[in-house]
Amino acid sequence: APAFAEKFGLGRTALPEEIAAWDLDISPDGTGLPVGSGNAFDGEELFADYCAICHGDFAEGVDNWPKLAGGMDTLDHEDPLKTVGSYWPFLSTTFDYVRRSMPFGNAQTLTDDEVYAIVAYILYSNDLVDDDFELSNENFLEVEMPNAGGFIVDDRLTSEAHFVREPCMADCKEGTPEVVMRAMVLDVTPEETKARKVQELMDATKPD
Amino acid sequence: MSDSFKAKSPSRRQFLSGAAAVGAGVVAGTTAKAAGPDPLITQVQDWASGTGDGVDATPYGLPIDYESDVVRRNVEWLTADTISSINFTPIHALDGTITPQGCAFERHHSGAIELRKQDYRLMINGLVDNPLVFSYEDLERFPRENRVYFCECAANTGMEWAGSQLNGAQFTHGMIHNMEYSGIPLRTLLEEAGLNAAGDLKDKWVYVEGADASSNGRSIPMEKALDDVLVAFKANGEALRKEHGYPVRLVVPGWEGNMWVKWLRRIEVTDQAVESREETSKYTDTLEDGTARKWTWEMDAKSVVTSPSPQSPIKHGHGPLVITGLAWSGRGAITRVDVSKDGGKTWETARLAAPGEKMAMTRFYLDTTWDGEEMLLQSRAMDDTGYVQPTKAELRDVRGLNSIYHNNCIQTWWIKSDGEAENVEVS
Repeated sequence: APAFAEKFGLGRTALPEEIAAWDLDISPDGTGLPVGSGNAFDGEELFADYCAICHGDFAEGVDNWPKLAGGMDTLDHEDPLKTVGSYWPFLSTTFDYVRRSMPFGNAQTLTDDEVYAIVAYILYSNDLVDDDFELSNENFLEVEMPNAGGFIVDDRLTSEAHFVREPCMADCKEGTPEVVMRAMVLDVTPEETKARKVQELMDATKPD
Repeated sequence: MSDSFKAKSPSRRQFLSGAAAVGAGVVAGTTAKAAGPDPLITQVQDWASGTGDGVDATPYGLPIDYESDVVRRNVEWLTADTISSINFTPIHALDGTITPQGCAFERHHSGAIELRKQDYRLMINGLVDNPLVFSYEDLERFPRENRVYFCECAANTGMEWAGSQLNGAQFTHGMIHNMEYSGIPLRTLLEEAGLNAAGDLKDKWVYVEGADASSNGRSIPMEKALDDVLVAFKANGEALRKEHGYPVRLVVPGWEGNMWVKWLRRIEVTDQAVESREETSKYTDTLEDGTARKWTWEMDAKSVVTSPSPQSPIKHGHGPLVITGLAWSGRGAITRVDVSKDGGKTWETARLAAPGEKMAMTRFYLDTTWDGEEMLLQSRAMDDTGYVQPTKAELRDVRGLNSIYHNNCIQTWWIKSDGEAENVEVS
């Protein structure tokens, strides 16, 4: 066992109630899941009340707000749609995140049963369960997430090992490098171009 | 402030004659002979005659009005709202390496919260001998360290994966700041709670989360937690700014900014990664075949020329030109930066303002002469692991176009003959 420095005697022991209030995280193996349940049918109503204004009635997303459903098999496409159904590897994350941080602007207001119901509805909206599906702490780990196997641990040190090298200093390219893409063509930079023009105008006409 | 400025501004007559003389100088180039005596010199100016502000005018000062363009900027279309969003450090206008806190970028997921020191609590729980609660005052009684580190958002330069989009170093590379932090090693706090209960520490993790509604929970392997992670409460000498985590944030040297949890409220020792939203849905990097990398923690070696750049064009005419920029690496210290003026065909080695420090920003300069020729300006960083900053094409060869995060490619600015600069890609 490693040798540890002596203690300073600072802080005080955390009480069980305090730990219970703050330690809400849930791990992929279900550690941390509260006892409870909720079905997709009830979840649809809760979703309509608390979530649909941003995420859409069918979890398909409104405007720029996150889409929670759809996008199956698009991850290798030019513009992948990454949702709970198409991308998220673990259902634990959905429960954990919804319970702790949603609805946006009014987080930590849902009961555990409500969260189970909403998560069941999100699964339903991704065509992963039927509309009468009831999710509980008992059957939670039985749900199969389509992209559970879709992640690899950072492999840059091997797959990008060729970036450790002796850099080229002269004649590094054949021919003369040419401009092939320009930000000015897109012209989506906000304020800045305008801001600089305004600043130049001010500089030129600032008697007072 | 504007009243006091007005009282001391030159008279209109002085201004007009002065402006004309300065204008002529710009057109003729900096070494031209004076067209006549400069009234800013030959006439007594108000500031050389009257008085300035008293020492009680500004208990806590802001930059002078003339620097009002050196500010954080937002890009509205990037995110759905401004609460879970990003803004950008004006790196095009800064020099040296320390980022002024007042214009250092922000990234929040549920806004910048206000958390008083009196209301602050930090909990350590999980696989520890004794779960603890600390007050802010408790934290100030542990032995402290001071360290300078960069904090770079994993998404910095992310909008540029598919092509040249945003026209300015602030927007392409400004999700970064570099500060001197004062705080406590995370190791000290973990040892205070006791790690014997955790057993073999090799396969253990710490889960850290903030006090805000988003919580921003992330899993950190124990090895890193016991190495150099700081629980910080001061930055650049003063308390953290509200938007940077007041009163306490995590500092995770070299690792992606998302893990620098702000308003830190809880540290849990666990025997597995939590695989939270911020390390599954977000901060995972999709590759061309549709699989995604997770736990891409380190920020690789990177650099950018900050001037000249689109927001900082050459205005002084031909002759001496300072090309300058920033370089940094999450895997160690910057050892060298090369600069190319011809789109990467030839390179010359720039001068580092100071030797590179581990996981901190390094300033580089290339003092050169410019006679109006067009340039395709690039910089290329190297760190002490031997890693050489790659081109965007080289990164795309490995990763495709959809990684979103960790774009550390070489940036090109097209400097035109009139001194204007544009964000471009080159063949």
